Amino acid sequence: MRHLAKYIITRILLTIPMVLILLSIVFLVLRIMPGDPVSSMLGGHAPEKVIEQKKQELGLNEPMAVQYVSYLWQVAHLDLGESMVFKQRVTTAIADKLPATIELTACGMIITLILGVFLGAYAADRRRQVQDSMIRLYGIVIYCIPVYWLGLMLQLIFGIWLDVLPIAGRTGPRVFASTFEQTGFYLIDTLLIRDFAAMKDVMIHLTLPAFTLGLTLSGIFIRLTRANMLDVLKSDYIVAAEARGIRHRRIVYRHALKNAFIPILTMMGLQVALLMAGAILTETTFSWPGMGRLLLERIYLRDYPTIQGVIIVFALIVAGVSLVVDIIYAMIDPRIRY
Amino acid sequence: MNNIILDIQDLKVQFPINIGTVRAVDGVSLKLKQGEVMGLVGESGCGKSTLGFSILRLLRTPGRIASGRIFYHGRDIVGMSEKEVLKLRGRRIAMIFQDPLTSLNPLFSVGRQFVETLQTHEKGINKKEAIARAESMLESLGISKERLQEFPHQMSGGMRQRIMIGMGLILNPDLLIADEPTTSLDVIVEAQFLDLLADLCRKFNLTIILITHNLGNVAQLADRITVMYGGTLAEVGPAGDIFHTPLHPYTQGLLASIPNIKLDQPELTPMEGSPPDLVNPPSGCVFHPRCPQAMEICTRQRPPAFQKNGHQVNCWLYR
Amino acid sequence: MNYSPASALARVFSSFTSMGKKYGVEWWILVAGAAIVLGIVFMAAFPDIFTPFNPYDQAAGPQLAPPGGAHLMGTDNLRRDVWARIVFGSQTILRVSVLAAIISSMIGISMGLLSGFSGGILDRILSLIMDSVYVFPGLILAIAFAAMFGPGVINITLAVSVIYIPTYFRLVRGQTLSIKQELYVEAARAIGASSTTILWEYIFPNVIATTVVVFTLNVADAIMIEAALTYLGLGLPPSVVDWGMDLAMGKKFLPSGQWWLITFPGLMISLLALGFTMLGEGLAEILNPRLLER
Repeated sequence: MRHLAKYIITRILLTIPMVLILLSIVFLVLRIMPGDPVSSMLGGHAPEKVIEQKKQELGLNEPMAVQYVSYLWQVAHLDLGESMVFKQRVTTAIADKLPATIELTACGMIITLILGVFLGAYAADRRRQVQDSMIRLYGIVIYCIPVYWLGLMLQLIFGIWLDVLPIAGRTGPRVFASTFEQTGFYLIDTLLIRDFAAMKDVMIHLTLPAFTLGLTLSGIFIRLTRANMLDVLKSDYIVAAEARGIRHRRIVYRHALKNAFIPILTMMGLQVALLMAGAILTETTFSWPGMGRLLLERIYLRDYPTIQGVIIVFALIVAGVSLVVDIIYAMIDPRIRY
Repeated sequence: MNNIILDIQDLKVQFPINIGTVRAVDGVSLKLKQGEVMGLVGESGCGKSTLGFSILRLLRTPGRIASGRIFYHGRDIVGMSEKEVLKLRGRRIAMIFQDPLTSLNPLFSVGRQFVETLQTHEKGINKKEAIARAESMLESLGISKERLQEFPHQMSGGMRQRIMIGMGLILNPDLLIADEPTTSLDVIVEAQFLDLLADLCRKFNLTIILITHNLGNVAQLADRITVMYGGTLAEVGPAGDIFHTPLHPYTQGLLASIPNIKLDQPELTPMEGSPPDLVNPPSGCVFHPRCPQAMEICTRQRPPAFQKNGHQVNCWLYR
Repeated sequence: MNYSPASALARVFSSFTSMGKKYGVEWWILVAGAAIVLGIVFMAAFPDIFTPFNPYDQAAGPQLAPPGGAHLMGTDNLRRDVWARIVFGSQTILRVSVLAAIISSMIGISMGLLSGFSGGILDRILSLIMDSVYVFPGLILAIAFAAMFGPGVINITLAVSVIYIPTYFRLVRGQTLSIKQELYVEAARAIGASSTTILWEYIFPNVIATTVVVFTLNVADAIMIEAALTYLGLGLPPSVVDWGMDLAMGKKFLPSGQWWLITFPGLMISLLALGFTMLGEGLAEILNPRLLER
């Protein structure tokens, strides 16, 4: 156990430089545009004085270095500034929308994992047979289908033509989120107050978006699982287990999969980045009130502090998940810690 | 009483690959007596490991048993269903492998792997009993029972190999196939291991097939030795005889090429030529291109087994 | 020898099938991918062969006509022919993605070679930066760039190209590092080969094969990102014909069931991406069978 703790601490310390670089990247990108944010936001016709005043307020007149340092300082204190467009702290705006995105992303990830890992293991087990080729083909094709197009088509089929699933929002017209909203995670909230009708409504609304997200990324996991499984199935301990008379299915789905799973887990961490990207596109398509939609809204409104804040949060989530995944990896694979 | 526990009859094992079909084992017949240690030797690629794997039907695709029979206590393994073979594996016939580090699942503790083996074959057994059995097995191998909680990478090579034997023998099989078990061990550990094997063999009346390319191992342990070459049998006979009076030219060449510290050898005498192409093996006797005593008939016909001085030799010289 | 076109065709056909036998299904995947890509490139190069309509013409036909008759894929709400917009839209997406991939590869490869070859502190700093960008969600970075640069073909191309630079960098750097250590490079050094020679004649050729594969996959990814950006309304002005934008516009008519506005543009995006992906996968297996697991 001691080894594990040491590993965790080391890993956390290593995350810091990465976070620093990510924050710097965000800082740089958002200041490369031609012209200045204030005049474009105020419409370009505002008087000089107003522009200057706003700039002063936002600290845009300071030299870059100073801006950079104060930026880092603020982020370290979890202060993401105030919106340029609404009277609202950026952190509040984000906190409001974040749970929706996380709920969607988490459900999508679960679907991706289940689909991807089991189809991948099955394909590896049936290598070079029809099922394998079909699954691999599916993997390639699904990756090339844009997530928002899949969303739209699913909306068309299930929402319009068949009319069995809703195509927008987190709740239906007769369910009011304000009655149960606590954590922002509606699945949990409705469970907490035992409002199962509302919970059912929330789940139905989650279905299409989560599936859209989950399906598109399953292709990557299928390929990864399959590749890892093929490698693992060649291992000596698999033959040795066979020699001890252990059943084939147990060997594949227990011995082999657990070993193959480790790199998949690491990949999962990297895929969170893709999931976040997909979430943005999914939210736009399904009118899902999450961070993705917030980002785009504020881009249209030229609300730079909020834009910056949202991107920072995305980056931090990615770094955080990567850290957690590495730790879980160490917990599963005892070789890492010793 | 004859007590033949394993009777391999004209076994042919092939690997169809894109450039042709590899004839890994090309008509091998062998009989094994209960309680004996049979050394199976030959150079790399001669088919000895493939033969070992075939007994338990552990061939990996594309390998397949093309023809022949393997009778174990009278029942043909080749014809058995998958289910029946599963019952044999680990319980009646066990196999241990070359590298114990990679032969044990790195993610599961040693104890769990023991328990799993026991629970697979003895349906009723509960975890406690299984652990108790594993502990007593470890004890008889000279390993402390705390080791059950450890993971394979935490143990030394020699200990891992003993664990492997333990897992192989825990269900009291009567046949143990050991595929190059000492290749990854250093010399001292190797000697201890072979002593252990000899000991177990006596204690449990275990039949052992020791597959190795190391003639030294075999000298120490084996009752009989089978020499293979190019997927076919060259010679089979009592261990001492094979060493002192090898009959087959290949065996003679093999023994002559081993450096001997007691002899005053200015040069080593390796064998001429190179291993045979198993996709297109030479016609007739597989060894004839390299044989210093090859005759005309050797190029045309595969020699059958002849008996001489208690050996079985597959060579036209002994017609 | 028979020189008729029929026999030439037969010879080409038989060499195809013999390659197919040699490499198996991967060859056919490559062929299929190449066919799709070439088909769409052809369509982009000679749009007039494919459609008589002008994609900007707002009087091409009735409003929101379903597919059929003169309008293979129907018309949109501004009475423009959908198929014409598909045909011409291929130009935009191909231009942006291929160009972005070229820029990405040039920058990424040269930086990778430099970093791997020189080593030391430059390598460590560059690697750290590249690793961080690599981990950053690509689309989000692209959105940020596109939002900051504003709409325009050049702008969106730049935005898309930035994302893949780390991929080339890591690949090339890794290979450079391992080749650098190979014995034959040391031997070359020992006989006095200059750094440039080593770089050019030893390292570069080895790197090329994998790079080509990555390039095709890069284009596939760039296609997806370009379409995503325009779908979100970023990157291109509405005056340009683009599949992603048509999707965004068609989305509004989904509830009223005008399915052809979204089905066809999306299908084309998928198809083009698929074409490049298959090309890349097929190439990967053929150029280096160890590259992909079988």
